[in-house]
Amino acid sequence: MRSDVSSNARVNDFVVKFANVNGSGSASANGLFARSILRMGVPVAARNIFPSNIQGLPTWYEVRVVGDGWRGRRGGVDLMVAMNPQTWDQDVAEIDPGGWLFYDSTRPQPPSRFREDVSLLGLPLTAICNAAYTDARQRQLFKNIIYLGALSALLDIAPEEIDQLFGEQYKGKEALLDSNRKAFAMGREHALQAFDCPLPIRVARSNGVGERIFIDGNSAAALGSVYGGATVAAWYPITPSSSLAEAFQTYCRKFRTDPVTKRKRYAIIQAEDELASIGMVIGAAWNGARAFTTTSGPGVSLMQEFLGLAYFAEIPVVLFDVQRGSPSTGMPTRTQQADLLSCAYASHGDTKHVLLLPEDPTEAFAFGAQAFDLADRLQTPVFVMLDLDIGMQDWLTAPFAWNDAHAMDRGKVMTAAELDAGRDFGRYLDAEGDGIAYRTYPGTHATLGSYFTRGTTKDRYARYTEEGPAYVDNMQRLLRKFETAKSLVPAPVLTKASKPTRNGVIYFGSTGAAMDESLAALELDGIHLDRLRLRAFPFADAVADFIAAHDRVFVVEQNRDAQMKSLIVNECGIDPSRLISVLHYDGTPVTARFITREIAEKARLFNVTPLRRSGAA
Amino acid sequence: MTYLAKPKIHHPGLPRNALGYTRRDYEGTVSTLCAGCGHDSISAAIIQAFFELDVPPHRVAKLSGIGCSSKTPTYFLGNSHGFNSVHGRMPSVLTGAALANRDLIYLGVSGDGDSASIGIGQFAHVMRRGVNMVYIVENNGVYGLTKGQFSATADKGSKSKRGAVNSDEPIDLAVLALTLGATFVARGFSGDKAQLVPLIKAAVAHRGAAFIDVVSPCVAFNNHHGSTKSYDYVREHNEAVNFLDFISPRDEITTEYAPGDVRNVVLHDGGSIRLRKVGEHYDPADRAAALGYLEARREAGEVVTGLLYLHADTADMHDALDTVTTPLNALGDADLVPGQAALAKVNASLR
Repeated sequence: MRSDVSSNARVNDFVVKFANVNGSGSASANGLFARSILRMGVPVAARNIFPSNIQGLPTWYEVRVVGDGWRGRRGGVDLMVAMNPQTWDQDVAEIDPGGWLFYDSTRPQPPSRFREDVSLLGLPLTAICNAAYTDARQRQLFKNIIYLGALSALLDIAPEEIDQLFGEQYKGKEALLDSNRKAFAMGREHALQAFDCPLPIRVARSNGVGERIFIDGNSAAALGSVYGGATVAAWYPITPSSSLAEAFQTYCRKFRTDPVTKRKRYAIIQAEDELASIGMVIGAAWNGARAFTTTSGPGVSLMQEFLGLAYFAEIPVVLFDVQRGSPSTGMPTRTQQADLLSCAYASHGDTKHVLLLPEDPTEAFAFGAQAFDLADRLQTPVFVMLDLDIGMQDWLTAPFAWNDAHAMDRGKVMTAAELDAGRDFGRYLDAEGDGIAYRTYPGTHATLGSYFTRGTTKDRYARYTEEGPAYVDNMQRLLRKFETAKSLVPAPVLTKASKPTRNGVIYFGSTGAAMDESLAALELDGIHLDRLRLRAFPFADAVADFIAAHDRVFVVEQNRDAQMKSLIVNECGIDPSRLISVLHYDGTPVTARFITREIAEKARLFNVTPLRRSGAA
Repeated sequence: MTYLAKPKIHHPGLPRNALGYTRRDYEGTVSTLCAGCGHDSISAAIIQAFFELDVPPHRVAKLSGIGCSSKTPTYFLGNSHGFNSVHGRMPSVLTGAALANRDLIYLGVSGDGDSASIGIGQFAHVMRRGVNMVYIVENNGVYGLTKGQFSATADKGSKSKRGAVNSDEPIDLAVLALTLGATFVARGFSGDKAQLVPLIKAAVAHRGAAFIDVVSPCVAFNNHHGSTKSYDYVREHNEAVNFLDFISPRDEITTEYAPGDVRNVVLHDGGSIRLRKVGEHYDPADRAAALGYLEARREAGEVVTGLLYLHADTADMHDALDTVTTPLNALGDADLVPGQAALAKVNASLR
């Protein structure tokens, strides 16, 4: 066993992966690790990789220390913190050659269990804990803090930053604060004595973090819902969306408690299933409250009938879909972008829905708020398409911003005064040519403006009819409304390559994190791509224009069937051969390395195609 | 044919209620149900009840699912907003509506297929949550709109029009509502308007989940010999446990009752229910006893009607949620949006 094989010296540029058992209390220590590095001004990209389980199964936490500020996973591991005997072999195998293995050396292990090309950092953690603590739970919990202390020495993390974090976390709980400090110091001391600290990979203070904040997308979307004026939330627990509803509750307690009466300016119902949760949202939105539900793919499947009603009866519903591995129960704790088609065309019959595609927690907040304005303006369901990677991971992301001059856009709502003034009210009457009709809230006026909402066909004045022309008239108006939506939803973001190019790439959502880094790497290889980041469906005309302006366009997405490509082909009338799919769908977030390799290979293939053709002829 | 407008002609001599409305102001469009359908009698009872209660029609929201019964909200309260939702899911839509605006009166109308089969889950949970509403099931034991299949409330052994015998146990929605925590549970018969109108009025005045199971014969598919939901069968087996008068806070009390026969229950709005006992031992405040009685009479083939259970002074869903008294749909930016200064603090806490 060698301990000096490493030559991977890098400051603020390495990956540490923690292999733990879930339910062992490691999440708290690992979170402190990431945050202490952020407090030193060094950006991190952190990913929790966890099972659908509460206790006893393997879980990993990967921290990419990335001074350059890239947001995605890099791929590969420089330092493995191997705390789970169950996954030892695969964890050891995953370390990059020249990397390090930090482990509990209490029990001796044969040399065959280690690698020659990896430096070993063994500390007898169990022995240290058993000597210091008698309580079994304390032994377990403080083992995590002890390895945190050891890592602070190995990676040159400023102990005062961790001390500060302890102080914030255990404010008012002096006993806990004191014992955590002691455990941390113990681990640090042991490492300083046992190893040549710091390692060649280490953290150095910088100012790379700036104003950015560290938060998960579900919390961000929940806060966006508070700022968007949502008052009713109905939901059914499902991974990975549950924490969005729970965060909404937390933020509402803080921001929506009446200061005088202490009563609530919100209502949250944990429904009996997803059918009931979307039904409640529809009822509340019909009755003039801003309402949302939060779910994942299986829940969207259950909501299909109601979503058709909301589309056809024109109810302003907001639905957060935190996408996970699918189909069926799939991989509940893994990420994918595989609900695009089931949401874009949700329900039977001719339906189309507005999708918003945030790329990170900052946009999850902004789109989360904007979704309520759009739903009210368009009187239709609006889906905010998160995924597990955005929703449940902490991201280093631009701070949230709010314009205090912004007022809620409640859309076309006719008031009692307008009805009294003699305005013609037809619930499905396109008075202004944008496909959007006026609605009234129930209870508005004693004799005017009431109407009957139904899933059956109706005329412009909401009267039941099965007459063909009236049906077609209404369906055409819904298409006009969808056309109106194009100009209201967030526009795609175009970024030109550093050199003029005939190649382009389209991507969206959490893929953006890896895309920035991948395109920078490709440019170094001489592959230049203009890029278009989609932020919503229906597509702005800019999407078809972008494809027309390039010879070939890659579409990068995280599903098997190229769902976004299908949507583009279908909605923009594009020749499918113009679009080249790059697909990643193993449940892990797509990496820059993966995209770079795929695009580089495919670009080469396409470049040689003409030669092959002439050879065959 | 509900799109046919019904002429609104107000005879000057029509009686007016305290708000100045006539009974016609509580009507809807012409019913398209079969002549003699029990559901039309229930619609008439609803119109009568709201007229007598002096409720402004537009302060009622009427919601339904799918089926013959769920079509009826177009036939009453024409100045109310209505919502004909999807099959079996009216309870969730009504719950959401009630969350948005606690100041309206919510009237849910459903059928036995809608509530006891496809929608039994939502039926159960809307009762558990204590949603402030009146939930009426127009119970005929068959799927009328799809031409006469048994529903889940059809009694075991009862015969379909084509002669098939139902072999499944029936679901008694009143018993179900009782066990699930509804605080007002009643059963009526569409053929007995004198009993039904006060039941509806009391249910409207009650705060919390009020459920009325109304046996309502289907003249087209379930009014034959061998059916236990026919006019003849229900008339022969109707066992009313009490008779009820609803007295609104404004009413003068004129009727005198002999002491001991009458129980007076004051409701939260100041109105009260006067219950005249028929059965010697029936106590609608005793849930366990009510359940036992209903089960025993069901086994005897009787249809027990009247106010079966009442717990008058209860908390509803909004009480449990502790929501503000202002309807949530009336809150504006200043009430709801914390603003940039608060957001800056959130940002600072995330570094």
